[in-house]
Amino acid sequence: MISQLTPGERQLALVLSICLAAVGGFLAIVGKDDIIAVHGLMVSAVAYLLVFIIGIEFFKPSPSPRRIEKYYDDPTKAGIVLALVWGIVGMGVGDWVAWLLVFPEATFDAGWASFGRLRPVHTTGVIFGFGGNALIATSLHVMQRTCRTRLPDQLSPWVVLVGYNVFCLLAVTGYMLGITASKEYAEPEWYADLFLTVIWVSYLILYLRTLRRREEPHIYVANWYFLSFIVVVAILHVINNLAIPVSLGHAKSYSLFSGVQDAMTQWWYGHNAVAFFLTTGFLGMLYYFLPVRAGRPIFSYRLSIISFWGITFLYMWVGSHHLHYTALPNWVQTLGMTFSIILVVPSWASAGNALLTLNGAWHKVRDDATLRFMMVAAVFYGLSTFEGSFMAIRPVNSLSHYTDWTVGHVHSGVLGWVAMITFGSIYTLVPWLWKKKAMYSNALVELHFWLALIGTLIYVFAMWNSGVIQGLMWRAYNENGALAYSFIESVEAMKPYYAARAVGGLFFLTGVMVCFYNVLKTIRMQDDATVVPERPPLLVAAPASAE
Amino acid sequence: MLEHHRKLERTAIGFVLAIMLVASIGGFIEIAPLFTIDETVEDVPDMRLYTPLEQAGRNIYTREGCYACHSQMIRTLQDEVERYGPYSLAVESKYDHPMLWGSKRTGPDLARVGDKYSDAWHVKHLMDPRSVMPTSVMPAYKWLARTPLDYEDLGLHLKTLRKVGVPYTDAMIEHAAADAFGQANPNSDEAYDLEERYGEDSNIRVFDGDSARLTEMDALVAYLQILGQLTDASYQETPLQSNKGTE
Repeated sequence: MISQLTPGERQLALVLSICLAAVGGFLAIVGKDDIIAVHGLMVSAVAYLLVFIIGIEFFKPSPSPRRIEKYYDDPTKAGIVLALVWGIVGMGVGDWVAWLLVFPEATFDAGWASFGRLRPVHTTGVIFGFGGNALIATSLHVMQRTCRTRLPDQLSPWVVLVGYNVFCLLAVTGYMLGITASKEYAEPEWYADLFLTVIWVSYLILYLRTLRRREEPHIYVANWYFLSFIVVVAILHVINNLAIPVSLGHAKSYSLFSGVQDAMTQWWYGHNAVAFFLTTGFLGMLYYFLPVRAGRPIFSYRLSIISFWGITFLYMWVGSHHLHYTALPNWVQTLGMTFSIILVVPSWASAGNALLTLNGAWHKVRDDATLRFMMVAAVFYGLSTFEGSFMAIRPVNSLSHYTDWTVGHVHSGVLGWVAMITFGSIYTLVPWLWKKKAMYSNALVELHFWLALIGTLIYVFAMWNSGVIQGLMWRAYNENGALAYSFIESVEAMKPYYAARAVGGLFFLTGVMVCFYNVLKTIRMQDDATVVPERPPLLVAAPASAE
Repeated sequence: MLEHHRKLERTAIGFVLAIMLVASIGGFIEIAPLFTIDETVEDVPDMRLYTPLEQAGRNIYTREGCYACHSQMIRTLQDEVERYGPYSLAVESKYDHPMLWGSKRTGPDLARVGDKYSDAWHVKHLMDPRSVMPTSVMPAYKWLARTPLDYEDLGLHLKTLRKVGVPYTDAMIEHAAADAFGQANPNSDEAYDLEERYGEDSNIRVFDGDSARLTEMDALVAYLQILGQLTDASYQETPLQSNKGTE
């Protein structure tokens, strides 16, 4: 990999790694009495490993000047493998904590193994580890193809990818060590947040530099979504994580906001992490890989404009639906509910656009599990966005909030939509990237599809049941006008559903392992010289020809 | 419109700026007024501050991710008020950096758990939840009782909290460590000083049942026992300037 970098880039990579080692060393020294020192040492260790990796190939000959005739796909390849590794870790921990609710004694009397610390390992592992790596990997691929240009240099994609994974590592190890800012889906502490900000800005700069070199006058739809993902996540991340650390030598910081303002900021962030990380980013994936795989242009250019701006504008209003009936002023709750309901329009426009693109290719959906992954993803996207709008209605929310229904809703989105579109994209991309005719085994892709679908359905149905039962039990009155159930009775009623959920998760996890095996086997297959994946014909219609 | 959009699609920077503009509106309109409209947070004269020990306990509650299963926000719904007590007011989490309202009730709401159970019950429950609640699915937190509380630098924590808006005095910051010790050692001079600084209603007792040392269990129980006890505002007949809907 290093041999692909120019000598100048190798030097810069070395300097950056040494800087990282220095930062880690600094944290380890000033924080020697605090848990932050562990992270300081960890960062240093990673940085020295990078120095070592760079050093081995440092004096190799320069890469061929003809490299600029090809796309630069090494970071994409690494990103896909990393996404799958994080997927297995994140979903593995997720299934483990699901079992913890069935067997609560399995915590080994150790802090790191308790539910409260492992749960964010699961959420961060899947959202940021699996989802984030998949997004970075596919966006690097898509931006080059749709701009018909190579990445501007070889170093910056590695800075983004490696830096991002260091952040993920700091996050999940931090939770187990007891380092957390406690804001859901924004748990990492101040130093990790600062580090991610630097990485994220370099991601945006890389994207803009690539766009500037494009040979296509128009910026293709998929790039709009990737851009909104990068830009808005940066805004959300910086504002929600505003905090003052106890000192440079303390991992602990205190949020700038408190109480009701903090709650609103957090759920403005929280819901838009769903919107701009788990939705627009993956819509970027969908808008490229679905038409390419189906061999059909996007159904409607106009619809994609409406849904893009609709989503970008409306989502930012809806966070307050997480705070219905709370101490948040009523007017904000009402705004949140109203915009949540309107949001179904652009969401269904996107889902409809995807499904209508498949018109004329339904026989392919039947035969090709990869395309079927994407079709099911679009269906789940439509279903969960409708469900989300429904749950944002105040009286519905009075039942669903605080219950497993929310958990079920989230997982119909992340398992059914986010993960499925990712698998579809990975199965499309892997043979191209590694220059193979097809995946190692289509039967295993088929197996993965059914494991994923069955797992998702078991999971979601279990959580719908448990959530609605919980909500109804909490509000049930007996004939004397007293509450009918104690809280613990509602916990007892959850037991079969918690077990079913963990089984559903196991199905899904097994599917990802099958996928990982299949991808590794594909990578090791003999190269197929007849495959010419460079600059594949863009079947996706350029805007001018779509009308 | 489509023509304009075609033009926009040709400029990357323009597109990025358009995204930033369009995406900023919602958040700005909903969040900024919360800082400026006075009715957002009720004005309550008797609002107390967390003592250093309680704040340390709060940090343990945060660290262990308790908020993942326990909310601290009683909604304005009849069954919630009957189950947990008066609905939560904004002022009650005024000094919570960050708030711990939570989003899920795998376990019950804890906004008013303070004073509901004895210290001994809490310790027993945290050591072995199933000893007091046979069908509980909560993990055990035995290690809290054997981990000494790190309270020497609590002054720095209070100082940071003052920077973000919690009105701790210089004396409170200076004596934070001693105050933490005093709160769990009723017969010490430090206990007397703590009462001077934080008021007569402060809970001063051996929380974990072991007076020999200050543990994380002491801090966590001290925090749990203050939940819902920082102000009486929500128990008053007409809550002060509350603008919540009651449906």
